[in-house]
Amino acid sequence: MTQLPEKTDRKLGLVIDLDTCVGCHACVISCKGWNTENYGAPLGDTDPYGADPVGAFLNRVHSYEVQPEQGAAQLVHFPKSCLHCEDAPCVTVCPTGASYKRTEDGIVLVNESDCIGCGLCAWACPYGAREMDPVEKVMKKCTLCVDRIYNENLPEEDRQPACVRTCPSGARHFGDLGDPESDVSILVAERGGIDLMPEQGTKPVNKYLPPRPKDEAPEFDVLGPYLAPVAQEGTGFVAWLDKTLSKI
Amino acid sequence: MHPAPSVILFTTLSGLGFGLLAWLGIGLPSPTGWVAFVFFVIAYALAVGGLLASTFHLGHPERAIKAFTQWRSSWLSREAWAAVAALLFMGLYAIGAVFFGQTWSVLGWLGAALSLLTVFTTSMIYTQLKTIPRWHSPLTPAMFLSLSIGGGALLAGQITAALILLTLAAAILAATWVVGDQALSRSGTTLATATGLGERGTVRAFEPPHTGTNYLLREFVHVVGRRHSLKLRVIAMVLGFALPIALLVLAPFAHWLAAIAVLSHIAGVAASRWLFFAEAEHVVGLYYGKR
Repeated sequence: MTQLPEKTDRKLGLVIDLDTCVGCHACVISCKGWNTENYGAPLGDTDPYGADPVGAFLNRVHSYEVQPEQGAAQLVHFPKSCLHCEDAPCVTVCPTGASYKRTEDGIVLVNESDCIGCGLCAWACPYGAREMDPVEKVMKKCTLCVDRIYNENLPEEDRQPACVRTCPSGARHFGDLGDPESDVSILVAERGGIDLMPEQGTKPVNKYLPPRPKDEAPEFDVLGPYLAPVAQEGTGFVAWLDKTLSKI
Repeated sequence: MHPAPSVILFTTLSGLGFGLLAWLGIGLPSPTGWVAFVFFVIAYALAVGGLLASTFHLGHPERAIKAFTQWRSSWLSREAWAAVAALLFMGLYAIGAVFFGQTWSVLGWLGAALSLLTVFTTSMIYTQLKTIPRWHSPLTPAMFLSLSIGGGALLAGQITAALILLTLAAAILAATWVVGDQALSRSGTTLATATGLGERGTVRAFEPPHTGTNYLLREFVHVVGRRHSLKLRVIAMVLGFALPIALLVLAPFAHWLAAIAVLSHIAGVAASRWLFFAEAEHVVGLYYGKR
């Protein structure tokens, strides 16, 4: 059913800490691994060992340079996967009912046996969270590892999305963002978590924690005045060379 | 957006076919017997041929029947219903005209309305997408509908109507270009809002997530087709409108000239439809520092 539920009992989602992400892409690989071996069609690749490899991924890590008006530029690693939006435009456009948002936990899923591979849901998603599988020709997207989080055959610490479980820097958090008392909600409140592209009106469940401000290096060291200044002008041969080359 | 030939063919041909059906439905012209047969064959070939072409871009066309289920929320599903209903009503109307020499005008008017509704639903599939600011405008359905009615008038031999409507369609098409060129920047979506990092400074895409290409870049960041935008716009205007209008004015009743006018119009509309896709910027391109 591609009509969105009026409200969901829970809002399961991810909180991604842009301050601690080191851009190692481990979440990308664990996601690809888990989702190739488990729920739904395997994440396909074409020409994986050839000259032009292309494959479906549910999670990708961009890197951005942020140049403030003053001070040094900052590099921000930016993992991006489905944000399980409350007002998910990918769901309502689906003509077959393959795309749906679950009432119980808000996870957006694709029923692959109903998907005709028209691609319209990927067109409707502003975040590029959906990719057509190049082999199976059905739409693939993050399932929030729905086959892990409720899986009682797994040890309890493994009942979270593969990307969260694998992140070595603790930059990814999983929980119920609809519950203001949950760890993730508290984290979002304390760190000022943000929505991506709020103007698109999708009301994403996943939140991003902005990088903390960098420490400012003090302009002068206390020992600075006692140190000899770095030579600006050379002497001897260097001075001659500098002068001669400047004249040319 | 990737200009898939199947979708360009579909929207161009079926738009024209449903336009012709609409004119036939309201009895302009109102042929019977063999003449009616030829008219309806042309209209159905265009409309149905276009619909069939559109299934070629599906990953699983064998499941296409499921697309009828979600009419409550999905414009693509509504399009499927409208198209089948229009073809059904106009089919009955055609049987009356071809085999019984009758014009069942209630059926015809209903079929005509459903034909235009089909074109409208097609246009809404594109118009609804907030992610593609160039399409997210009332000008998109206006452009699809005016092209359909104008081209339909040309095929139906309604010369005065064709002259007026093709001029109107050309003006609306030109407006979609002028307004569309500013649409992405006016939408307010930028790399700054996409990353949420805009308040800290100037955001620049430093390193993409993958060294090769992927589905997103192939589907949404199609830059090759945009390179010859101005030339294609001129070609679309000359072939799609200027030449057909000139032919209609100079020799309004010559059949072979009318055929040239129609073919020229189709080529022009197809060129404009190529641009419709190739020039459309999806906001996901911003994540890659592209548009």
